[in-house]
Amino acid sequence: MTPHAPPPAPPIGVLVELTHRCPLGCPHCSNPLKLERPAAELATETWKRVFSEAAALGALHVHLSGGEPTARRDIAELVRHAAECGLYTNLITSGVGVSETLWGELVEAGLDHAQLSFQGADEGTNDRLGHYDGAWAKKRAFAAMVTGAGLPLTVNAVVSRPNLHQVGAFIDLALELGARRLEVAHTQYYGWALRNRAALMPPRKETEEAIKLVEEARAKLKGKLVIDMVVPDYYARYPKPCAGGWGRLAINVSPSGKAMPCHAAETIPGLEFWNVRERPLAEIWRLSPAFNAFRGTDWMREPCRSCERREIDWGGCRCQALALAGDAAATDPACSKSPHHALIEATAAAEAAADAGAIRWRSYKEAVEV
Amino acid sequence: MEPSAKPRLPRGVKLRHDDVRQRWTLLAPERIFEVDGTAAAVLHLCDGERDLAAIIAELANRYSAPPAVIEKDVVAMLSDLKAKRVLET
Repeated sequence: MTPHAPPPAPPIGVLVELTHRCPLGCPHCSNPLKLERPAAELATETWKRVFSEAAALGALHVHLSGGEPTARRDIAELVRHAAECGLYTNLITSGVGVSETLWGELVEAGLDHAQLSFQGADEGTNDRLGHYDGAWAKKRAFAAMVTGAGLPLTVNAVVSRPNLHQVGAFIDLALELGARRLEVAHTQYYGWALRNRAALMPPRKETEEAIKLVEEARAKLKGKLVIDMVVPDYYARYPKPCAGGWGRLAINVSPSGKAMPCHAAETIPGLEFWNVRERPLAEIWRLSPAFNAFRGTDWMREPCRSCERREIDWGGCRCQALALAGDAAATDPACSKSPHHALIEATAAAEAAADAGAIRWRSYKEAVEV
Repeated sequence: MEPSAKPRLPRGVKLRHDDVRQRWTLLAPERIFEVDGTAAAVLHLCDGERDLAAIIAELANRYSAPPAVIEKDVVAMLSDLKAKRVLET
C-alpha cells in the first residue's frame, strides 16, 4: 500500500500484552518462546498514549492481557486512563495475585469486564496444568470478587488433551461462578503450545464430542450463559478468520511496544514491525510494512484467490501457514482446500495416538534455552 | 416480556456513540452491537426506572405511532438483547 492509497477501515480493538510476566506456567500458552523481559516493558505514560491514540483511531475495546496484566504495578492507572478515553476495558487474567485492595482499585478505575482463565474444572487438574499450587482457590476467590462487584465475568477454559474431558464440568463451573459468558477455547498451537503440541493434541473423536456438547449447552443455556468456542484448527474444515483478517480489525502490542497484526506475527521472518515508542498508532495501522503484508486479498494465491470464502476467513492464519506449510502466503493448512491439509490431519492423529510425552512449562528459564 | 418489566443495561454493557464511525453501538464483553438511531432511542429509555408500558407510551407519543405497533417492535428488540445477555429486566 502506498501512502496515497485510501486508509484502511479503523480497528475495532487493541490487545495489549502489558507484560510477559505470569505466575502460571501453562503449556498451552500462545506467548512467544522468547518472552520479553520486564526491563523492556513500556512505561506507564507510553501505554497511556497508546490508549489515547487507539480510541482516536476508532478502537472500541481494549483487551488488557499478557502474561498476567495485573503483574504491572500501574494496572489500575492504565485501566483508568483507558476508561477515560472511552475504551471498553477488558481484563484478561489468571486471577492469581489480585488482592481485594487491587480489585477495588480496578473497579473504581472503571473496569468493564473480567475474563478469568481456568486450566481445569477441578482443583487437581487446574493447579497441575497451570503449574501453580493453590491457583484454583485464588481463581474462585477472584470470580467471587468480580460477580460481587456486579461486573460481567467470562470464564475462559483453554482445552486440550489433558482437560478436554472436562468441557461439561467447565460449563457447570461457569454457571456455579455466576459467569455471563464462557469461552471454550480449543488450544491454538502457537508459541509454547506449538512446542507442547505432541502432549496437548487430543484425538478427533473426543474433540468432536466436546464440540457437540458445547453446541447443545449453548442452545439450552441461551439467555443465561453466552458460550463462545475457539475451534480446533487441526480438525477443521475451514480455517478461522485469524484476528478477523490480517490488519482488518485488531492491533496487538507486545510488552516492549511492537505493534503486530496478531500475537504470533513475529514468527514470520522478514516482516518489519513498527514500535509504538517511535510512531503513532494511526501511522502504524495505515503504513507499517507488517500490517500491509497480508492485508485484504491481493496477496492471496490459489486456492484462496478464487475461493468464495476469501472474505469470510481471509485465508486463515498466516503464522500457521508458515509453521505448517513453510510459507506465510500459503493457504492455512487448517483449510480442507490446502494441499497440506491431509498432512496436518495425519500429524494430529499420530500425536493424539502416541504417549503424551514431557510437558515444557512456560517460563523465562526455558525461554533462555531457545 | 411483561408490561411491568423494567429493562436496563447491566453493568459491563454500554450504549456509546462511536464518533469515528458515526453510529451508536452497544459495547459488551467481546461483543459490539451496531445500534440504529431508533434502537438507541429505545435503549436510552431502558434506565431500570421506567417499565415497559411507560417506555412504549413515551415512544408512541414521540413518534405519533400506535402503541400496539411500537410494542411489537420494542419487545422483539429487547427480548433479543436479553437472550444475548446484554439487557436485564
